[in-house]
Amino acid sequence: MQASRFRWHIVIFLAPAVIVYTAVMIFPLFNTLRLALYTDVDQVRTFIGLGNFNRLFGDPRWSEQFWNALGNNFKFFFIHMLVQNPIGIALAAMLSHPRLRFAALYRSAIFIPTILSFVIVGFAWKLILSPIWGIAPSMLDAVGLKSLFAPWLGKEAYALVTLSLVSVWQFVGIPMMLIYAALLSIPEEILEAGEIDGITGINAFWKIKLPLILPSIGIISILTFVGNFNAFDLIYAAQGALAGPNFSTDILGTFLYRTFFGFQLQLGDPYMGSAVAGTMFAIILVGVCIYLFGIQTRMRRYQL
Amino acid sequence: MKFTPFALLAATLLSSAAYAEDVTLTIESWRNDDLKLWQEKIIPAFEASNPGIKLKFAPMAPTEYNSAINSKLGAGSAGDIISCRPFDASLALYKAGYLADLTSMDAMGNFSDVAKAAWQTDDAAHTFCVPMASVIHGFIYNKDAFDELGLAVPETEDEFFSVLDKIKADGTYIPMAMGTNDQWEAATMGYQNIGPTYWKGEEGRLALIKGEQKLTDPQWTEPYAVLHKWAPYLGDGYEAQTYPDSQNLFTLGRAAIYPAGSWEISGFNEQADFKMGAFKPPVKAKGDTCYISDHVDIGIGMNTKTPNPEAAKTFLAWVASPAFAEIFGNALPGFFPLSKTPVDIKDPLAQEFVSWRGDCETTIRSTYQILSRGTPNLENETWGASVAAIKGTSTPEELGKKLQEGLDSWYKPGM
Repeated sequence: MQASRFRWHIVIFLAPAVIVYTAVMIFPLFNTLRLALYTDVDQVRTFIGLGNFNRLFGDPRWSEQFWNALGNNFKFFFIHMLVQNPIGIALAAMLSHPRLRFAALYRSAIFIPTILSFVIVGFAWKLILSPIWGIAPSMLDAVGLKSLFAPWLGKEAYALVTLSLVSVWQFVGIPMMLIYAALLSIPEEILEAGEIDGITGINAFWKIKLPLILPSIGIISILTFVGNFNAFDLIYAAQGALAGPNFSTDILGTFLYRTFFGFQLQLGDPYMGSAVAGTMFAIILVGVCIYLFGIQTRMRRYQL
Repeated sequence: MKFTPFALLAATLLSSAAYAEDVTLTIESWRNDDLKLWQEKIIPAFEASNPGIKLKFAPMAPTEYNSAINSKLGAGSAGDIISCRPFDASLALYKAGYLADLTSMDAMGNFSDVAKAAWQTDDAAHTFCVPMASVIHGFIYNKDAFDELGLAVPETEDEFFSVLDKIKADGTYIPMAMGTNDQWEAATMGYQNIGPTYWKGEEGRLALIKGEQKLTDPQWTEPYAVLHKWAPYLGDGYEAQTYPDSQNLFTLGRAAIYPAGSWEISGFNEQADFKMGAFKPPVKAKGDTCYISDHVDIGIGMNTKTPNPEAAKTFLAWVASPAFAEIFGNALPGFFPLSKTPVDIKDPLAQEFVSWRGDCETTIRSTYQILSRGTPNLENETWGASVAAIKGTSTPEELGKKLQEGLDSWYKPGM
């Protein structure tokens, strides 16, 4: 009889999180999606259905910018996947080696950039790479490689790759920490059993550890995906809202900022901006769904 | 503005209330560099002559101003006095009912029509901000460097490039300090600086608005060709050189010429320990009429929702008076007051700039009035085009074609 009573305590325990989350996340999200269906006609908010999306994809001037931003965003993401995550895994594998000295020191040193503000990272790297005051040209000069130096952030061909690598430098600590934790959770017995079967050293990593940490790598990939497609700060801090040179570092976040808030003489258009934000949301949603249903559910898991 | 008996009554009540208690007016601005100047010079001068009204200057970062002020006004949390960007940004605020109509203010008579044009409706029937300051474009040079290399100030384009050649050949100085990283420098200090000479100032600018000239016409593409010739003189890695980099290169004495706006003057006076001079944008042939960009930059208006409209009007009338022009023009050399009464400016470099008003035809930046109202935004597009011109990634003809196509997509002359 006691059990059939309504369990109020569940509601009470859930309430703070649900209320806060609804107020600051769910409501703004849906309101933004709603705003995307309106436009401003003579200071009056007018419903135009999918008109903003039509313009975004149909008008070559909007769509060109959008596809450019999306393409750059994919490049940004692929560079992270190809550089940040493998390096993160390699660093974690080295750190988890039982005979490595000063492991805690390396771990902190590599993780510290992650807790720095984007503005500091953007500004510091801009100075490091500056052709005028930077230490990069003089360091290359010291080893006789001055000819390799170029004003990377100012060249259309290199700027996006350079900024992606700066972002990799900043965030490599996150995959490292997650993988490191996963590696530590692998029981000694399994490794010892492997050793008895003759699997040691690098082989143990490929044949035993890697399959066991695959789910963590999956999570990291999806975190990278969401993080990269929401990225904005670093590009804004280093290149400004126009994401120069010539929009070569423009990603969806900077495109959204320019559209929503306006820039210099261009006035912001919250309705068009909401349409861009809605599109970003859809892209991330599709990406996460592909991962969750296409990959995560098929991944083999091992009971440890 | 119509004065009904009720409004008069309300005004009387309000002004009597003002005597009873100090009114504080908050001034919104993007000039965070000027905070000290306001606190030390302008505010005390106003408060001394207007007891009962206190001022608070509340500036923010220039790049954030437009969007922040829009949302603050929308939310009703903006200050009493609003600094006005020229043209459409402020026009939109007026149309949305955020800025009060100031057409009937007596002090408006102190300003010329060109000065007021930046803060008027398209038909010039309503004025909503008091013109405060303009900036003039030109080139600032390192006088010591010029003396050392025996160079004379160039007047024509050929002389300009031969001076640059000589500085480059000597090798002590970077000929010209400008980068393309921040993009706007290339357009503002490059294209809009030298351009008016080619499109003949107001003549070309107005013809463009009327649709009689196109951006593909030679007078609009030629400045891009000239900008391309700047590239070899800009120093190593100019592609990644930022605006502060350029300023520092010049004030540290490493560069000889700085394509400038007059707003740099007070900063440069403080930073540079060498003598500086200024020359105006070079003309094509000796004796040609020179054109300078004397761009209206700052206006000041009143929030319609201010609780103290009378005090705000008193302040605006004071801003429009010659007394303010005198303080402002001298406290902030390089920002030139727009009032008709000539102001005696004491800073030699600023004097140099302002003297061109007498020799040359003046105009404002070509992209600011009306033409940057739509998307793609012509001003922002011009930034990219100027950078592309310098780097040589597109020909001037391609750039003109692209800009005109963008403009045609939303702008119909006579609209």
